[in-house]
Amino acid sequence: MRPRYIIGLVGIGLLVAALAWAATGLPAFGHYNQAYGRVAARDAVPTRNGTNSVVITSFDYRGFDTLGEEFILFVSVTGVVVLLRRMRSAGREEDSAASSGEIEEEDMRASTGERWLGAAAVGPVAVLAAYVIIHGQLTPGGGFQGGTVLMGAAAFLALGGESALMLRIRGSSSPIEIAESIGAGGFAAIAFGGLIAGGVFFFNFLPYGKAGLLTAGVVPLDNIAVGLEVAGALLMVTSELFEQRLRGGAT
Amino acid sequence: MSAFLAVLLTLVAVSATVTVLIREPVRQAIVLGIMGLFLALLFFTLQAPDVALSELTVGSLVIPVMLTLTIAKLRALDARGDEAQEDEDEESRG
Repeated sequence: MRPRYIIGLVGIGLLVAALAWAATGLPAFGHYNQAYGRVAARDAVPTRNGTNSVVITSFDYRGFDTLGEEFILFVSVTGVVVLLRRMRSAGREEDSAASSGEIEEEDMRASTGERWLGAAAVGPVAVLAAYVIIHGQLTPGGGFQGGTVLMGAAAFLALGGESALMLRIRGSSSPIEIAESIGAGGFAAIAFGGLIAGGVFFFNFLPYGKAGLLTAGVVPLDNIAVGLEVAGALLMVTSELFEQRLRGGAT
Repeated sequence: MSAFLAVLLTLVAVSATVTVLIREPVRQAIVLGIMGLFLALLFFTLQAPDVALSELTVGSLVIPVMLTLTIAKLRALDARGDEAQEDEDEESRG
Protein backbone atom coordinates (compact mmCIF):
# COMPACT_ATOMS: atom_id res chain seq x y z
CA MET A 1 0.00 0.00 0.00
CA ARG A 2 1.32 3.42 -0.93
CA PRO A 3 2.22 5.83 1.89
CA ARG A 4 -0.30 8.45 0.84
CA TYR A 5 -3.14 5.92 1.22
CA ILE A 6 -1.92 5.09 4.74
CA ILE A 7 -1.75 8.79 5.64
CA GLY A 8 -5.21 9.31 4.15
CA LEU A 9 -6.71 6.36 6.03
CA VAL A 10 -5.19 7.53 9.31
CA GLY A 11 -6.64 11.00 8.72
CA ILE A 12 -10.11 9.63 7.91
CA GLY A 13 -9.96 7.36 10.97
CA LEU A 14 -9.07 10.27 13.25
CA LEU A 15 -11.84 12.42 11.74
CA VAL A 16 -14.46 9.69 12.22
CA ALA A 17 -13.31 9.10 15.81
CA ALA A 18 -13.42 12.84 16.59
CA LEU A 19 -16.90 13.16 15.05
CA ALA A 20 -18.17 10.12 17.00
CA TRP A 21 -16.73 11.57 20.21
CA ALA A 22 -18.31 14.97 19.50
CA ALA A 23 -21.68 13.35 18.76
CA THR A 24 -21.83 11.91 22.30
CA GLY A 25 -21.94 15.46 23.68
CA LEU A 26 -24.84 16.68 21.51
CA PRO A 27 -28.20 17.56 23.05
CA ALA A 28 -30.83 14.84 22.63
CA PHE A 29 -32.71 14.73 19.31
CA GLY A 30 -35.33 17.48 19.22
CA HIS A 31 -34.03 19.25 22.34
CA TYR A 32 -33.01 22.89 22.15
CA ASN A 33 -30.87 24.50 24.85
CA GLN A 34 -30.22 28.03 23.56
CA ALA A 35 -31.79 31.17 24.99
CA TYR A 36 -31.86 33.22 21.74
CA GLY A 37 -34.48 31.12 19.97
CA ARG A 38 -36.80 31.11 22.97
CA VAL A 39 -36.56 34.89 23.37
CA ALA A 40 -37.18 35.50 19.66
CA ALA A 41 -40.14 33.12 19.57
CA ARG A 42 -41.70 34.63 22.71
CA ASP A 43 -41.19 38.31 21.84
CA ALA A 44 -42.36 38.45 18.22
CA VAL A 45 -46.07 38.72 19.03
CA PRO A 46 -45.93 41.12 22.01
CA THR A 47 -43.32 43.47 20.51
CA ARG A 48 -44.19 43.45 16.79
CA ASN A 49 -47.76 42.08 16.56
CA GLY A 50 -46.65 39.59 13.90
CA THR A 51 -46.98 35.85 14.40
CA ASN A 52 -44.09 34.55 12.27
CA SER A 53 -41.14 34.99 14.59
CA VAL A 54 -38.73 33.60 11.97
CA VAL A 55 -39.45 36.40 9.48
CA ILE A 56 -39.59 39.05 12.22
CA THR A 57 -36.19 37.89 13.47
CA SER A 58 -34.58 37.87 10.03
CA PHE A 59 -36.07 41.15 8.76
CA ASP A 60 -36.29 43.18 11.98
CA TYR A 61 -34.12 41.99 14.88
CA ARG A 62 -31.33 40.82 12.58
CA GLY A 63 -32.08 42.82 9.43
CA PHE A 64 -28.40 43.62 8.93
CA ASP A 65 -27.60 39.93 8.37
CA THR A 66 -30.38 39.69 5.81
CA LEU A 67 -29.09 42.79 4.02
CA GLY A 68 -25.74 41.06 3.61
CA GLU A 69 -27.39 37.88 2.34
CA GLU A 70 -29.50 39.85 -0.10
CA PHE A 71 -26.47 41.52 -1.60
CA ILE A 72 -24.66 38.19 -1.86
CA LEU A 73 -27.50 37.04 -4.14
CA PHE A 74 -27.51 40.35 -6.03
CA VAL A 75 -23.77 40.36 -6.68
CA SER A 76 -23.54 36.68 -7.62
CA VAL A 77 -26.47 36.93 -10.06
CA THR A 78 -24.93 40.04 -11.60
CA GLY A 79 -21.68 38.14 -12.09
CA VAL A 80 -23.41 35.12 -13.65
CA VAL A 81 -25.47 37.27 -16.01
CA VAL A 82 -22.41 39.25 -17.11
CA LEU A 83 -20.63 35.97 -17.96
CA LEU A 84 -23.69 34.55 -19.74
CA ARG A 85 -24.17 37.66 -21.86
CA ARG A 86 -20.55 37.51 -22.97
CA MET A 87 -21.18 33.94 -24.10
CA ARG A 88 -24.30 35.05 -25.93
CA SER A 89 -22.45 37.63 -28.01
CA ALA A 90 -19.70 35.11 -28.76
CA GLY A 91 -22.31 32.56 -29.88
CA ARG A 92 -24.03 35.08 -32.09
CA GLU A 93 -20.85 35.86 -33.99
CA GLU A 94 -20.25 32.20 -34.74
CA ASP A 95 -23.79 31.61 -35.87
CA SER A 96 -23.74 34.84 -37.93
CA ALA A 97 -27.16 35.86 -39.17
CA ALA A 98 -28.38 32.33 -39.82
CA SER A 99 -30.19 31.65 -36.56
CA SER A 100 -30.28 35.03 -34.84
CA GLY A 101 -33.85 36.00 -34.11
CA GLU A 102 -35.14 32.72 -35.47
CA ILE A 103 -36.66 30.39 -32.90
CA GLU A 104 -36.20 26.71 -33.59
CA GLU A 105 -39.50 25.12 -34.64
CA GLU A 106 -38.75 22.01 -32.64
CA ASP A 107 -38.47 23.84 -29.34
CA MET A 108 -41.81 25.53 -29.90
CA ARG A 109 -43.62 22.22 -30.03
CA ALA A 110 -45.35 21.02 -26.88
CA SER A 111 -48.24 18.62 -26.58
CA THR A 112 -51.72 20.06 -26.00
CA GLY A 113 -51.74 18.55 -22.51
CA GLU A 114 -48.48 20.23 -21.58
CA ARG A 115 -49.71 23.57 -22.89
CA TRP A 116 -52.95 23.30 -20.92
CA LEU A 117 -51.15 22.22 -17.76
CA GLY A 118 -48.66 25.06 -18.05
CA ALA A 119 -51.31 27.67 -18.81
CA ALA A 120 -53.56 26.42 -16.00
CA ALA A 121 -50.76 26.46 -13.42
CA VAL A 122 -49.27 29.90 -14.11
CA GLY A 123 -52.09 31.96 -12.58
CA PRO A 124 -52.60 29.98 -9.37
CA VAL A 125 -48.85 29.70 -8.76
CA ALA A 126 -48.40 33.46 -9.22
CA VAL A 127 -51.27 34.12 -6.78
CA LEU A 128 -49.69 31.69 -4.31
CA ALA A 129 -46.40 33.59 -4.63
CA ALA A 130 -48.13 36.89 -3.85
CA TYR A 131 -49.89 35.26 -0.88
CA VAL A 132 -46.63 33.85 0.52
CA ILE A 133 -44.92 37.25 0.17
CA ILE A 134 -47.60 39.50 1.70
CA HIS A 135 -48.40 37.10 4.57
CA GLY A 136 -44.71 36.74 5.43
CA GLN A 137 -44.95 38.27 8.90
CA LEU A 138 -48.02 36.15 9.79
CA THR A 139 -47.64 32.64 8.35
CA PRO A 140 -44.59 30.60 7.25
CA GLY A 141 -43.05 32.03 4.13
CA GLY A 142 -41.91 35.52 3.28
CA GLY A 143 -40.05 37.37 0.57
CA PHE A 144 -37.46 34.73 -0.25
CA GLN A 145 -39.88 31.80 -0.48
CA GLY A 146 -42.49 33.88 -2.35
CA GLY A 147 -39.88 35.13 -4.79
CA THR A 148 -38.80 31.61 -5.68
CA VAL A 149 -42.46 30.55 -6.11
CA LEU A 150 -42.89 33.50 -8.49
CA MET A 151 -39.96 32.19 -10.50
CA GLY A 152 -41.82 28.85 -10.50
CA ALA A 153 -44.78 30.53 -12.22
CA ALA A 154 -42.42 31.55 -15.02
CA ALA A 155 -41.02 28.01 -15.12
CA PHE A 156 -44.55 26.73 -15.83
CA LEU A 157 -44.65 29.03 -18.86
CA ALA A 158 -41.55 27.30 -20.16
CA LEU A 159 -42.82 23.81 -19.25
CA GLY A 160 -46.03 24.52 -21.13
CA GLY A 161 -43.95 25.06 -24.24
CA GLU A 162 -44.83 28.73 -24.28
CA SER A 163 -41.31 29.46 -25.43
CA ALA A 164 -42.43 32.52 -27.33
CA LEU A 165 -44.03 33.93 -24.19
CA MET A 166 -40.90 33.18 -22.17
CA LEU A 167 -38.85 34.94 -24.82
CA ARG A 168 -41.11 37.93 -24.58
CA ILE A 169 -40.36 38.07 -20.85
CA ARG A 170 -36.70 37.85 -21.76
CA GLY A 171 -37.16 40.44 -24.47
CA SER A 172 -38.48 42.81 -21.85
CA SER A 173 -35.51 42.03 -19.66
CA SER A 174 -35.24 45.58 -18.43
CA PRO A 175 -38.47 45.27 -16.32
CA ILE A 176 -36.97 42.17 -14.68
CA GLU A 177 -33.72 44.04 -14.06
CA ILE A 178 -35.61 47.06 -12.74
CA ALA A 179 -37.69 44.85 -10.41
CA GLU A 180 -34.52 43.21 -9.09
CA SER A 181 -32.81 46.55 -8.54
CA ILE A 182 -35.88 48.08 -6.86
CA GLY A 183 -36.04 45.04 -4.59
CA ALA A 184 -32.37 45.14 -3.62
CA GLY A 185 -32.29 48.92 -3.25
CA GLY A 186 -35.68 49.05 -1.54
CA PHE A 187 -34.56 46.80 1.28
CA ALA A 188 -31.54 49.02 1.92
CA ALA A 189 -33.74 52.13 1.61
CA ILE A 190 -36.10 50.79 4.30
CA ALA A 191 -33.07 50.26 6.55
CA PHE A 192 -31.93 53.85 5.91
CA GLY A 193 -35.49 55.00 6.57
CA GLY A 194 -35.05 53.61 10.07
CA LEU A 195 -31.81 55.58 10.39
CA ILE A 196 -33.59 58.79 9.38
CA ALA A 197 -36.77 58.23 11.40
CA GLY A 198 -35.31 56.70 14.55
CA GLY A 199 -31.58 57.30 14.43
CA VAL A 200 -30.84 53.56 14.23
CA PHE A 201 -30.06 51.57 11.08
CA PHE A 202 -32.94 49.07 10.53
CA PHE A 203 -35.10 50.84 13.14
CA ASN A 204 -38.68 49.62 12.61
CA PHE A 205 -40.28 53.03 12.13
CA LEU A 206 -43.81 52.14 10.95
CA PRO A 207 -46.74 51.45 13.34
CA TYR A 208 -46.98 47.79 14.35
CA GLY A 209 -50.73 47.57 13.77
CA LYS A 210 -53.11 45.27 15.62
CA ALA A 211 -53.84 42.22 13.47
CA GLY A 212 -53.88 41.21 9.82
CA LEU A 213 -51.68 42.18 6.90
CA LEU A 214 -50.55 45.59 8.19
CA THR A 215 -48.61 44.42 11.22
CA ALA A 216 -44.96 44.31 12.28
CA GLY A 217 -44.19 47.77 10.89
CA VAL A 218 -41.76 47.72 7.96
CA VAL A 219 -41.53 43.89 7.78
CA PRO A 220 -44.24 43.52 5.07
CA LEU A 221 -42.42 46.13 2.94
CA ASP A 222 -39.16 44.24 3.48
CA ASN A 223 -40.86 41.05 2.32
CA ILE A 224 -42.14 42.67 -0.88
CA ALA A 225 -38.68 44.14 -1.60
CA VAL A 226 -36.93 40.82 -1.04
CA GLY A 227 -39.60 38.97 -3.07
CA LEU A 228 -39.02 41.30 -6.04
CA GLU A 229 -35.27 40.94 -5.72
CA VAL A 230 -35.26 37.13 -5.48
CA ALA A 231 -37.78 36.62 -8.31
CA GLY A 232 -35.94 39.13 -10.51
CA ALA A 233 -32.55 37.57 -9.83
CA LEU A 234 -33.70 34.00 -10.54
CA LEU A 235 -35.62 35.07 -13.66
CA MET A 236 -32.61 36.94 -15.03
CA VAL A 237 -30.42 33.84 -14.89
CA THR A 238 -33.03 31.29 -16.04
CA SER A 239 -34.39 33.40 -18.89
CA GLU A 240 -30.89 34.20 -20.10
CA LEU A 241 -30.04 30.46 -20.16
CA PHE A 242 -33.40 29.67 -21.75
CA GLU A 243 -33.00 32.21 -24.50
CA GLN A 244 -29.51 31.04 -25.35
CA ARG A 245 -30.84 27.50 -25.53
CA LEU A 246 -33.53 28.57 -27.98
CA ARG A 247 -31.58 31.01 -30.11
CA GLY A 248 -27.88 30.37 -29.91
CA GLY A 249 -27.18 26.82 -28.99
CA ALA A 250 -29.96 24.74 -30.56
CA THR A 251 -27.57 22.65 -32.57
CA MET B 1 -38.28 9.73 17.44
CA SER B 2 -41.52 8.80 15.72
CA ALA B 3 -41.81 6.14 13.03
CA PHE B 4 -42.81 8.79 10.49
CA LEU B 5 -39.60 10.69 11.20
CA ALA B 6 -37.53 7.51 10.86
CA VAL B 7 -39.13 6.78 7.47
CA LEU B 8 -38.45 10.33 6.26
CA LEU B 9 -34.81 10.23 7.44
CA THR B 10 -34.35 6.94 5.57
CA LEU B 11 -35.96 8.36 2.41
CA VAL B 12 -33.63 11.37 2.50
CA ALA B 13 -30.57 9.15 2.99
CA VAL B 14 -31.64 6.77 0.20
CA SER B 15 -32.50 9.51 -2.31
CA ALA B 16 -29.23 11.34 -1.54
CA THR B 17 -27.25 8.14 -2.14
CA VAL B 18 -29.14 7.47 -5.37
CA THR B 19 -28.37 11.02 -6.53
CA VAL B 20 -24.67 10.37 -6.11
CA LEU B 21 -24.78 6.91 -7.72
CA ILE B 22 -26.59 8.06 -10.87
CA ARG B 23 -24.00 9.32 -13.33
CA GLU B 24 -26.25 10.91 -15.95
CA PRO B 25 -26.54 14.66 -15.17
CA VAL B 26 -30.18 15.25 -16.25
CA ARG B 27 -31.47 12.28 -14.25
CA GLN B 28 -29.29 13.40 -11.36
CA ALA B 29 -30.99 16.81 -11.41
CA ILE B 30 -34.44 15.19 -11.27
CA VAL B 31 -33.53 12.80 -8.42
CA LEU B 32 -31.98 15.77 -6.59
CA GLY B 33 -35.36 17.49 -6.86
CA ILE B 34 -37.06 14.43 -5.34
CA MET B 35 -34.51 14.47 -2.52
CA GLY B 36 -35.38 18.13 -1.95
CA LEU B 37 -39.03 17.14 -1.61
CA PHE B 38 -38.24 14.51 1.06
CA LEU B 39 -35.96 16.98 2.85
CA ALA B 40 -38.75 19.58 2.86
CA LEU B 41 -41.15 17.01 4.35
CA LEU B 42 -38.54 16.20 7.00
CA PHE B 43 -38.12 19.87 7.96
CA PHE B 44 -41.90 20.25 8.07
CA THR B 45 -42.18 17.23 10.38
CA LEU B 46 -39.52 18.78 12.62
CA GLN B 47 -41.75 21.88 12.95
CA ALA B 48 -39.69 24.18 10.74
CA PRO B 49 -42.24 25.26 8.10
CA ASP B 50 -40.22 28.31 6.97
CA VAL B 51 -37.15 26.22 6.24
CA ALA B 52 -39.38 23.56 4.64
CA LEU B 53 -40.82 26.16 2.22
CA SER B 54 -37.34 27.40 1.32
CA GLU B 55 -36.10 23.86 0.75
CA LEU B 56 -39.18 22.98 -1.29
CA THR B 57 -38.79 25.93 -3.66
CA VAL B 58 -35.00 25.96 -3.89
CA GLY B 59 -34.36 22.21 -3.70
CA SER B 60 -37.08 20.90 -5.99
CA LEU B 61 -37.63 23.93 -8.24
CA VAL B 62 -34.73 26.35 -8.62
CA ILE B 63 -31.80 23.92 -8.53
CA PRO B 64 -33.26 21.32 -10.98
CA VAL B 65 -34.40 24.06 -13.40
CA MET B 66 -31.01 25.83 -13.32
CA LEU B 67 -29.13 22.52 -13.61
CA THR B 68 -31.14 21.26 -16.60
CA LEU B 69 -30.83 24.61 -18.40
CA THR B 70 -27.09 24.68 -17.71
CA ILE B 71 -26.69 21.10 -18.97
CA ALA B 72 -28.59 22.02 -22.14
CA LYS B 73 -26.29 25.01 -22.62
CA LEU B 74 -23.16 22.91 -22.05
CA ARG B 75 -24.31 20.25 -24.53
CA ALA B 76 -24.96 22.91 -27.15
CA LEU B 77 -21.47 24.31 -26.50
CA ASP B 78 -19.98 20.81 -26.81
CA ALA B 79 -21.74 20.19 -30.12
CA ARG B 80 -20.44 23.48 -31.47
CA GLY B 81 -17.08 23.13 -29.71
CA ASP B 82 -15.95 20.24 -31.91
CA GLU B 83 -15.90 22.50 -34.96
CA ALA B 84 -14.52 25.50 -33.07
CA GLN B 85 -11.74 23.38 -31.59
CA GLU B 86 -10.39 22.56 -35.03
CA ASP B 87 -10.32 26.24 -35.97
CA GLU B 88 -8.48 27.07 -32.75
CA ASP B 89 -5.93 24.34 -33.39
CA GLU B 90 -5.20 25.75 -36.81
CA GLU B 91 -4.88 29.27 -35.43
CA SER B 92 -2.46 28.24 -32.72
CA ARG B 93 -0.36 26.39 -35.28
CA GLY B 94 -0.29 29.30 -37.73
